[in-house]
Parts: sequence; C-alpha cells; structure tokens
Amino acid sequence: MDTVVQVEGLRKVYGATVAVDEVSFEVREGEIFGMVGPNGAGKTTTIECLEGLRKPDRGLVRVLGVDPQRDGQILRERTGMQLQQSNLPERMRVWEALDLYASFYSKAADWKELLRQLGLEEKRNALFSKLSGGQKQRLFIALALLPDPQLVFLDELTTGLDPQARHAIWDLVRDIRTRGKTVLLTTHFMEEAERLCDRVAILDHGRIVALDTPAALIRGLGVEERVVFNLDGALPAGFEEALSGAVRLEIQGAQVTVHGKVGRKVSVVSEVVSLLTAQAVPFHGLRTEQPTLEDVFLSLTGRAMRE
Amino acid sequence: MTWMEAKLFLREPASAFFTLVFPLMYLLLFGAISGNEPTPQFGGQRTLDASIPGLAAMIICIAGLMSTTMTMSTYREKGVLRRLRTTPVSPLVVLVAQLIVVFAMTALGMLLLVAAGVLIFHMRFEGNTFSVLAGFTLSSLSFFAIGFILAGIMPTVRSAWVVAMVLLYPMLLLSGAFFTVELLPAAVQKVSAFLPLTYVVNLLRGLWVGEPWGQHLLDVGVLAGMLVFGSIVSARTFRWE
Repeated sequence: MDTVVQVEGLRKVYGATVAVDEVSFEVREGEIFGMVGPNGAGKTTTIECLEGLRKPDRGLVRVLGVDPQRDGQILRERTGMQLQQSNLPERMRVWEALDLYASFYSKAADWKELLRQLGLEEKRNALFSKLSGGQKQRLFIALALLPDPQLVFLDELTTGLDPQARHAIWDLVRDIRTRGKTVLLTTHFMEEAERLCDRVAILDHGRIVALDTPAALIRGLGVEERVVFNLDGALPAGFEEALSGAVRLEIQGAQVTVHGKVGRKVSVVSEVVSLLTAQAVPFHGLRTEQPTLEDVFLSLTGRAMRE
Repeated sequence: MTWMEAKLFLREPASAFFTLVFPLMYLLLFGAISGNEPTPQFGGQRTLDASIPGLAAMIICIAGLMSTTMTMSTYREKGVLRRLRTTPVSPLVVLVAQLIVVFAMTALGMLLLVAAGVLIFHMRFEGNTFSVLAGFTLSSLSFFAIGFILAGIMPTVRSAWVVAMVLLYPMLLLSGAFFTVELLPAAVQKVSAFLPLTYVVNLLRGLWVGEPWGQHLLDVGVLAGMLVFGSIVSARTFRWE
C-alpha cells in the first residue's frame, strides 16, 4: 500500500504556545485516518500544515509525495479540503458555487453528478445562507470532491450537526473511501472516530499519545467492559469469589455491576451468566457495556474538562 | 468568476442601490428642485450639466470605499477567501475579478446617470467622450485601490466599515461632488484640497465641459499617484485570512 501522507517530527509554535510537537505518522492509500483530541490538542494545526495553509516550524511533511509549502499548487489540484471555518458568499446559490469552484480545476469532476450523489439536487437553486448546517457540510464535501482528489481532508466535519445529519455525513465519508480515495479527518467525537476510521491518532497537548485501529486501541489499553444486572433477591454468599480473578463487583441496591478486563479468556458476560444460572439467582435486565474509544480517550487524556 | 461576482454584487441590495439607484434618485431630486437653468453658481453652466460629473464622482467614491472594502473584508472575515485558498485559483484572479465587477458596476451607474440626464433633462455635453471615459477610469481605479488597501489592513468588517464611512462622508460633502467647493467657507476649502475625491470632481467636471488635460495635471498626478501607491500597498497587504 502506498503512503499518501508522511509526517515526521512536525512542530508548530504560536508565540509561547507549542501547538504541535514532534508529531509523526503516515496515512496509507485508501484508508480513513482520524485525528482525535480535545480542543486545542493540535488537530487543526496539523491538518493545516498538511494542506499547506500553515508553515511548520520544523519537521518533514509530504502529501502525495510533495512538500505542501513548496508545491502547494500541485497539492491543491489533487486534494479536496474541507475547512473548519470557512464559508461561501451568502447570496451564492448551490449550483453556482459548484460551477464556480469547478472552473478552478483543470480536471474537475462533474458537479451535477456530485449534486445528485450528495442529495443536494433539490437545493440546487437555494442560496448558501438558506442551507441548514448539514446541507452546508454536504456542499463543502461536494466542493472538496470537485477536483476528483486522491486525498480528502475533512476538518471537524460534523461539529454542530444533529445526529441524523451526522449519520448521513458518515455514510458519505465511507462512500468517499469506496471510491478509492483516502480520507484524513479530525473530530472530537470519539464515536465518530470509532465508527468511521480505519486508524486513529489520539492527540493531546500537541503530541500523539496513541495511534492504532480503534479496536486495537480499546483492547490494548486494558479498558474494562461491564456487565450490569438487577437482582430480584439477594446475591448468594461466595458469588464474587466464584468468579475467576481480575473482576470487581460493585453493588448499588439491587443493581450489580461486574467490571472485568477486555480480552480475557472467558468473557465476563458468559461467566456471569453461567454463574447466575448455576447458583439459580433470580435476576433481570442484564446488559453489557462495551468500552468505547471514548473510554480509551479519557483514560489517556484525563477526565478533566478543558478548553 | 467575474460573472459570478457580478451576480453577487447585484444581489446585494445595499451595493446595487448605492452605485446604481441612489445617484439617479439624487439627480432626479436635484433636477426637480433646481431645474436645468444656467446659474452663476456654476459659472453660467446649467445646474444639472454641472452636477452630473459630481454625481459620477460620488459613485466612484462609494464604489471604491464601500463596495470594494466591504466585499473584500467580508469575504475574509467569513472565510470565503479561506475556502478559495484551498483551490488552485490565484489571489490575483480573485482581486482582478473583484476589480472588473466594481468597475463595470460603477460604469453602469454612470451610464444610467448620463442616460437620465439626456432623456429627462436634455443635458448638454461639451467634452470629449473619450477623455471623459479615460478620466473616469483613472479616477475609479485609484479609488478602488484605496478600497483594497482598507480591506487589506482593517482587521474586521466592522472596523473597515467605520473607517470607510469616516472617509466617505466628509469627502462626499466637502469635495465638491454635491456643491461647488467655492460655496464653502475658506477654511473648509483648504480641507477639501486634502481629499482625494476633490481631484476626481475637478478632473471630471473639467473634462465634461471640454477643458484640455493640460489644465488638470495636478488632478491627474494625484490620482495616478494614488493608483500606483494603492496597487502596491494593497498587493502587499492582501491576506487570505
């Protein structure tokens, strides 16, 4: 597989703030690569260095084999970019925007086709200012796909969208990949990264603290899965001891939560269920809570909220 | 891109109104009040004949300071330029497209003005059409250059708006676009000598009645200087975001 993006030792400083420090990663052809992290972690700065919009202070950046600072023009012909903060003139119509932007590329994709694929046909004549958040983002995706790019940058694509719109956008992003394009996206929604990305880099304070597939990140960090059930009576004595090693029991009134590491030989849930059955303990409402990327993220970056 | 910008210009009620309709309204109002009779105030010229070049200067001033400045600074603040930057389009194309549109609209405003003058008030024109057009073009471009500088150096749309207004009103009132400068007190006349628009008014009014370019070397010099200075500074201060 070819390397589409190569970053080595990237560093970018704004005044006294180190926005990105020693960031290195590679993006392979045909994958959806995600950068996640709290606000101010350096995601946008990193992506903007790759897009050629910012000049790195140090480090090597190659996108589609070229240096974004030196050969920005080549890059802009062959990549699609969706920016976190950008707009179109309010009174521009949807089709006009596509037509105008198509004129900038020497080999532009057919915008009428894109309009259809992104479900914007009805909005063809709508003014940009009258579009909803999700429609604007779809239009931006359409603009990003106009150059028929090998690589698409999507920065905070679904921020501020309602859940329906977000799911629709996710489908579109998966669709971009099936057309053989590579996607590099940033998000602060862990769920988005988990569902969408083939590989995820977790950034914090300008550094990459973890990089792997979402599943491997969840397994590798030894985060716990939980089995929760409600008792109809009391828990028989010796129940906890009967469970094999490395589990922790938490009892709140009638509700019991069993915590256990992910990746053990017998999963926590099957062990709990067989034990409950063997000891004939009446229970109801049993459910499992699988760890998510969010748990990994929180355990890596700390729980405190920060801006 | 130019065509697109032109459509956007016309969809913006404020800019279309001020460059195309407002001067026309002013002319009609002016004509209704004073009629088109010779007055000593304009050295024996008829009032309307003399006021048309002044109104043309007003269009130039409004287009330069308001349309150019506001469009460019709004585009930057809203991230429209940022978006454009992700494409292979060069900044020069963006600026030139903008320039062509504002110029075309200014010319259209002027055309409407002259058409109204001719059709309604049977305006007389004693100058050389070609000279007037050349003077008009020079004046317009030098004012657009000021507009681009403002758009380049002002950090926000709001501040650009305030500065444009602060420059616009005294110029419109004191440069002789509405009244001849000679009507104003001597102290104010001195101020008017520092206003770029004064030179536009003098040049256009002179060319309008057929005065030779030689009589207006100062006006031409000032405007050409502004154009060169403005082009250099605005090219340097151009920012995508």
